[in-house]
Amino acid sequence: MNPDRAAVGDRFRRFRAGRRGGEELAVPPAEFTSYYGRPILKPPVWTWEIAAYLFTGGVAAGSSLLAAGGQVTGRPRVRRAGRVAALAAITASAGLLVKDLGRPERFHHMLRVAKPTSPMSMGTWVLTAYGPAAGLAAVAEAASLLPTRGPLGLARRVLPPTGRAAGLTAAALAPALGTYTAVLLADTAVPSWHEAYADLPFVFAGSALASGAGVGLLAVPAAEAGPARRMAVAGAGLELFGAHRLENRLGLLSEPYRSGRAGALLRAGRALTVAGVAGAVLGRRSRLVSALSGAALLAASVATRFGVFQAGVASARDPKYTVVPQRERLDRRAAESDR
Amino acid sequence: MVDSRGRPAVPAPSTAGAADPATAAGWVDAPPRMGFFTDTSVCIGCKACEVACKEWNGVPTSGLDLLGMSYDNTGALTANSWRHVAFVEQHRPAGDGSSPVAEHPTGTSCAAGTTTATGTEPGLLPGRPDAARAPEFLGMPAAGPPGRTGSAEGRGDFRWLMMSDVCKHCTRAGCLDVCPTGALFRTEFGTVVVQEDICNGCGYCVSACPYGVIDRRVGDGRAWKCTLCYDRIGAGLTPACAQACPTESIQYGPLDELRERAAARVDTLRARGESQARLYGHDPNDGVGGDGAFFLLLDEPEVYGLPPDPQVTTTDLPAMWRRAGLAALAMTAAAVGAFLGGRR
Repeated sequence: MNPDRAAVGDRFRRFRAGRRGGEELAVPPAEFTSYYGRPILKPPVWTWEIAAYLFTGGVAAGSSLLAAGGQVTGRPRVRRAGRVAALAAITASAGLLVKDLGRPERFHHMLRVAKPTSPMSMGTWVLTAYGPAAGLAAVAEAASLLPTRGPLGLARRVLPPTGRAAGLTAAALAPALGTYTAVLLADTAVPSWHEAYADLPFVFAGSALASGAGVGLLAVPAAEAGPARRMAVAGAGLELFGAHRLENRLGLLSEPYRSGRAGALLRAGRALTVAGVAGAVLGRRSRLVSALSGAALLAASVATRFGVFQAGVASARDPKYTVVPQRERLDRRAAESDR
Repeated sequence: MVDSRGRPAVPAPSTAGAADPATAAGWVDAPPRMGFFTDTSVCIGCKACEVACKEWNGVPTSGLDLLGMSYDNTGALTANSWRHVAFVEQHRPAGDGSSPVAEHPTGTSCAAGTTTATGTEPGLLPGRPDAARAPEFLGMPAAGPPGRTGSAEGRGDFRWLMMSDVCKHCTRAGCLDVCPTGALFRTEFGTVVVQEDICNGCGYCVSACPYGVIDRRVGDGRAWKCTLCYDRIGAGLTPACAQACPTESIQYGPLDELRERAAARVDTLRARGESQARLYGHDPNDGVGGDGAFFLLLDEPEVYGLPPDPQVTTTDLPAMWRRAGLAALAMTAAAVGAFLGGRR
């Protein structure tokens, strides 16, 4: 060791939050101690599949609500588009979830237990109930293609009522499917996810609604897309409101939502959401503008989900986000006990 | 509910009770809760614990990786390192407010301002004014025990903190709470263990651990961590790391006993002037309900890479479900409104 060099532990002892420079900070640079600047937490081992599932799960939830609305109010084209999109999205979801496992061949071990303390276990059971319902509702759309006689003729007669029941079941489960993923992320030690538990469900609910609306705008003629437009407005409102709170309400832990790749993704998501809603409302006479708006809303949902996912990963990687809020909590508690 | 060996048939959430986690998990007539007390003030950084753990548990190597962090080339607790010895080199300049060296068994260098010898007892050393200014090579270990040479030669104003980190076996274990397969379970000794034949590598426990302990093994795909040598302690043996520790820095035993011993040790160190000595993870009222493996530290927890105020994430779970329920209602209302809100 070179005697002229400062001791290693010493060099790393103090880190300044603003050391990267160039970024505007809402909170004063926080001084904190760490072990050689290494993260305290393990960053999530989940990869892009989970971020993508947040999107596809949301699309499935939004589409099932759209389909049920179409079913109940007598809009067959809306119903069909919603049911088919829901089946496609939930199939993709299942594939993504299994692929992300360290041992994919053991995916069925999820069905050994039902644990209320594990959002993943609860989500597994929501998916287990929702998947077949969404599948059946979509398959029922094919009833008119079947022959009128024989065993398949029986199926042709039985499928539509079955599909109606399945569609309503899927829609009843859809809000749970669209929001449990927020609890899934929040129920971790990942600082920017955990502390966002009050707002994440609204971001995800809004994003799911907006993406379901996006499916409707893409698949249905402009004249019949009225409900999808209104759903887009409501969903975008929820999503933008929630995301604004994520980016501003969490103090230091809002920083990962504003900076780096996560910040860029969330900004892109917001721009696409605004563009999508504007197009949906202003372009209601044009099939092309409506379809483009739908695509923008779906893209917005992708960007938002990946942004939220990335922000959490970033907050787990930097010990600052672990140490500083916990120090503040300790100081607050000490100040309270002094009083 | 319970089979002949007293095993619970139904896994219970670990948040149920803080007093005796094994009983709360459904064990009948559970043995006393066992744990580790790691006294870092006597750790010499030999890493015998790391080696013994790997040998006994058949933990694979993590490859040769020189990290440039003092003598620490393990880096952190991982799927392939269930004990991790941290090395912290601290520069404590004179006049930093710490106590005089005479009362400092670890020999930080507050006597750097004095120029005459003040005694020959261990730790009672003459100071060197220059040592307060310039960092210095710590030197190779001498033949005799440090502090008994009667000379300041080779001693600077540094101290080494060494600490053998391990899974904390929390009373309220986040990993156990969120595990969706039941692979993680609470043993009769109150420890937390992964069943390797059940784990499907979902990775939820990795994100839920407030200490960053449990980890998914690359290539294997499953989550791994310290089992507190479940196989050994079931047979009445001491866990491999504690057995191998040459200075009794790692102590294994019933948690109640360890807590008493630790409280006495901290009092002793404080009486000797080590004002920074403190226990970490011993308090049953902390954010994780107290740790089954707790520590005596000589500085703030984050210096060793430990979180200063860990909280089990599932404390807030009821509030999370309520917010999600509210959002789900908003979602339903929005969908209903979208179809009722207009003719087209």
